[in-house]
Amino acid sequence: MKYKSQKIALVYFAVAMALFAVQVLGGLLAGWIYVSPNTLSELLPFNIVRMLHTNSLIVWLLLGFFGAAYFLIPEESEREIHSEKLAYIQLAILVLGTLGVVVTYTFNLFEGHWLLGKEGREFIEQPKWVKAGIVVAALIFLYNVTMTVLQGKKTAITNILLLGLWGLALLFLFAFYNPENLALDKMYWWYVVHLWVEGVWELIMASILAYLMLKLTGVDREVVEKWLYVIVAAALFSGILGTGHHYYWIGTPDYWQWIGSIFSTLEIVPFFAMMAFAFVMVWKGRRDHPNKAALLWSLGCATLAFFGAGVWGFLHTLHGVNYYSHGTQITAAHGHLAFYGAYVCINLAVISYALPILRNRDPYNQVLNMAAFWLMSSGMVFMTFVLTFAGTIQTHLQRVMGEYFMDVQDQVEIFYWMRFGSGAIVVLGVILFIYAMAVPRKEIIDTGAAETPAE
Amino acid sequence: MREVMTKSMARNIFYGGSLFFIIIFLGLSFHSHRYVVTTSTNVETLSEEVALGKKVWEDKACINCHTLMGEGAYFAPELVNVMTRWGVDDDPEGAFDVLKGWMESQPTGIEGRRQMPQFNLSDDEIRHLSEFFLWINTIDTQNWPPNDAG
Repeated sequence: MKYKSQKIALVYFAVAMALFAVQVLGGLLAGWIYVSPNTLSELLPFNIVRMLHTNSLIVWLLLGFFGAAYFLIPEESEREIHSEKLAYIQLAILVLGTLGVVVTYTFNLFEGHWLLGKEGREFIEQPKWVKAGIVVAALIFLYNVTMTVLQGKKTAITNILLLGLWGLALLFLFAFYNPENLALDKMYWWYVVHLWVEGVWELIMASILAYLMLKLTGVDREVVEKWLYVIVAAALFSGILGTGHHYYWIGTPDYWQWIGSIFSTLEIVPFFAMMAFAFVMVWKGRRDHPNKAALLWSLGCATLAFFGAGVWGFLHTLHGVNYYSHGTQITAAHGHLAFYGAYVCINLAVISYALPILRNRDPYNQVLNMAAFWLMSSGMVFMTFVLTFAGTIQTHLQRVMGEYFMDVQDQVEIFYWMRFGSGAIVVLGVILFIYAMAVPRKEIIDTGAAETPAE
Repeated sequence: MREVMTKSMARNIFYGGSLFFIIIFLGLSFHSHRYVVTTSTNVETLSEEVALGKKVWEDKACINCHTLMGEGAYFAPELVNVMTRWGVDDDPEGAFDVLKGWMESQPTGIEGRRQMPQFNLSDDEIRHLSEFFLWINTIDTQNWPPNDAG
């Protein structure tokens, strides 16, 4: 660790991991309710479980991004973070908000209250006071990191990272706009949801990936940064108008069917580029970095993001296909692998890389960490397959044959059992990962580790 | 790639191109907003009751089981066309009655069936919710969903 303020990242990562555990346990419970629907049906209904599952995912990914930013910005801009105190205040606000959300959802407090009650639009259900807290925390964060970068060295990695984080905060403001007209509501809701995950989050992901490649492979910065600009250009050129693939059936004009189909097909390009980038850098790079686990997560991230976001996204994005597949388990399959591949893996990659440095030790527990990668990834890939099968059958029976929703659901139950099984494997992987990160145990393999300076 | 493009070229393409696409997107968004308000939805029939019904929908977090226009949680049926499915899309009183009957019989408690919670809605809230479902049923969704099953 070159700069002591990088230490801030440690607490961010710790809270992120705790929420990660909450997220997957919530997911496991939701998967169990699918196969055993009477479970907790009156104490903790499915909709509450799902809100906990999705919201904790979003918050921990954001905490991971913030932590990654606090870790890599000092190194990139070659100076300490502007104010450590502000960074901890920011985290305190976010933790308070998160606890508020969990308690509000679980016990259904203040229902209907304009400030304290949950808001009930998918993914942005947080009560208004929590949303306001998120904005305040984001402003503190942006002030803090922007001051750091402005006073220090400016690199393409920090440029893109900051651009992504500023965009993230600005787009979140649309979460406060909730028109009475449902079609308008949905149109602007996607400004937050789509332009986050298929827009500015990709900038954050690409810049973190570029940073990791720079450190892990030792390839020349000029080369890495040129790739980075090409990747993020492809991401925004396709992703912005790619929003159109959400504007097919919500009351928006029919030209979106063409714009959405064409541009969202192109959304596969940045993910392909990221995958190509990661592998080319590893082949070209001469550095044999001891942290093999971080490298595995980085390559896994680029690959699974390509399949989850790219291929599985394309699978149902053409409007002629989407007319039938929209809102079936196919969407759920895509959602799971895309989020896992792109955003979960990039976070776990940067955590795997940073933690040994932050805790001033060799990258211990790499075997366990890599086992966690394979458990989580194979579980998630299997889940994606079975949900895709379920969705295909659902599309045919329900959308083509016109059978009723619940009748169709009964017929695909076998896939929900398999989904639960794969979910359990994912949870095991997560527990193993957290253990490998949190508990230092002497490593068994890789004796070369001590000679190469960990960076 | 070294020969084809320098880093500053890549950077300029990124910033210039992104700005270009943002401007197109904002222009199309502006037009789409106008289109929703003037063509695809009926602003005249969007009454106070419909708005209150949307509030009931949100307060109970219905979207985290059901979908509306295909968006939501795929655990329970699509509801944008529920009034058509129930055959009461041009009968507000019938819509209220069927919805009231439905809401009051939940949860069914049947073993092995997905359970919908009991939300204890007042008659006014049920009225608002049924007006909301009737109104969203009139949105021009380019003929989605493909059939009444939703």
